[in-house]
Amino acid sequence: MGRAKLPRKSTNIDMTAMCDVAFLLLSFFILTTKFKPSEAIAVTTPNSVAAKVAPQKDYVMVILDKDGKVFLEMDDEDKKEVIANTLNTTRGLKLDVKAFKKALFFGAPLGSMASFLAMPEDQRKGDKLPGIPVKDTANNELTVWMRVIKDTYLGQKEPAFLLKGDNLSKYPSFKAVIDAFKKNDILKFQMVTNPEAAPEGTDLWKMNQSGDKREE
Amino acid sequence: MAEMDTSSGGGHKKGPGVKKGKKLSTRVDLTPMVDLGFLLITFFIFTTTMSQPTAMMLFLPKDADKPEDQNKAKESGVITILLGKDNNVFYYEGQLKVDGSNFKSSSFKEIRTVLIDKKRNTSEKDLVVILKPSSECNYKNVIDILDEMAINVLKRYALVDISEGEEQLVKISDAAGAATASK
Repeated sequence: MGRAKLPRKSTNIDMTAMCDVAFLLLSFFILTTKFKPSEAIAVTTPNSVAAKVAPQKDYVMVILDKDGKVFLEMDDEDKKEVIANTLNTTRGLKLDVKAFKKALFFGAPLGSMASFLAMPEDQRKGDKLPGIPVKDTANNELTVWMRVIKDTYLGQKEPAFLLKGDNLSKYPSFKAVIDAFKKNDILKFQMVTNPEAAPEGTDLWKMNQSGDKREE
Repeated sequence: MAEMDTSSGGGHKKGPGVKKGKKLSTRVDLTPMVDLGFLLITFFIFTTTMSQPTAMMLFLPKDADKPEDQNKAKESGVITILLGKDNNVFYYEGQLKVDGSNFKSSSFKEIRTVLIDKKRNTSEKDLVVILKPSSECNYKNVIDILDEMAINVLKRYALVDISEGEEQLVKISDAAGAATASK
């Protein structure tokens, strides 16, 4: 029986195409990747079905860490300068305005803000700082902060008020933050969460399926 | 694929005694390069943060000073959810009875069915969910329950301070729950 002879094929494959694709993907990922800025305050946010992306600029963020300590972060440097000057004149804190402007976040009682700002940036770690005192309802310093911030933005577009809380922080500190907001008539704020899909079979899921727009 | 012409055709003619240079292949083995490429790709895929954090809106009501300004809700349409320690959830419908007989314990998994049932059995304009986090519960619990409101499309809910009596009741139930769990 004569078997049809198969032409012997080379096992070498031309890798060029594959190489092209690989490097194309590589360049895509290199360009799109954004490294997480090393966070001084470790916070693990809870999940929620909220679909709106958290604002990345013009925000005032209150951070609540797992021990219930409160920190304040904002991105507008010009406003920070105004705030520093206001605090200096109204409370006589003698703050270093330049350092205040450059500070990424604030986490000290108003009385020791000056020494907080004197600290080098890389030593300001969330777990070593006292945070803004909020526990005492009569002397909730976040209320003072919020009032100063509100005054600074008076007559202008309000910043987005964000609250980034850790899973494990207890409710009383959350409540204290809400109170500080409420006292300054900030009745609208957003809580930063990780996205999560709506569970199947629920009303929200049905709504999303039928393509209805969800109210935020 | 582009290849370099290594043959010496067209150049000056070599004499018979001149040794011809060995023809070297210009094909390079690309396998290590591809390996490296994919290694880097995996690295960037894993380190990249694709999911942006989302934000959940919360609207706070203005504190009503006078009791007559406060919103009235029909008793039959009210369900109160209390959050306790260790992810415990308690709820009662309508008013809390003095003997606490309608005070039921639940969990984050079961509360959804309770809410769905309640929603089905009450007319939409009467349904009000009252959330009372106790001082023992954590931030995640509050977000979870607010999320539950969004999941079940409950429009009317309120975050209310827990009363002293209820706080005690939650504490006792928490302790009882912990005791049965450890048995």
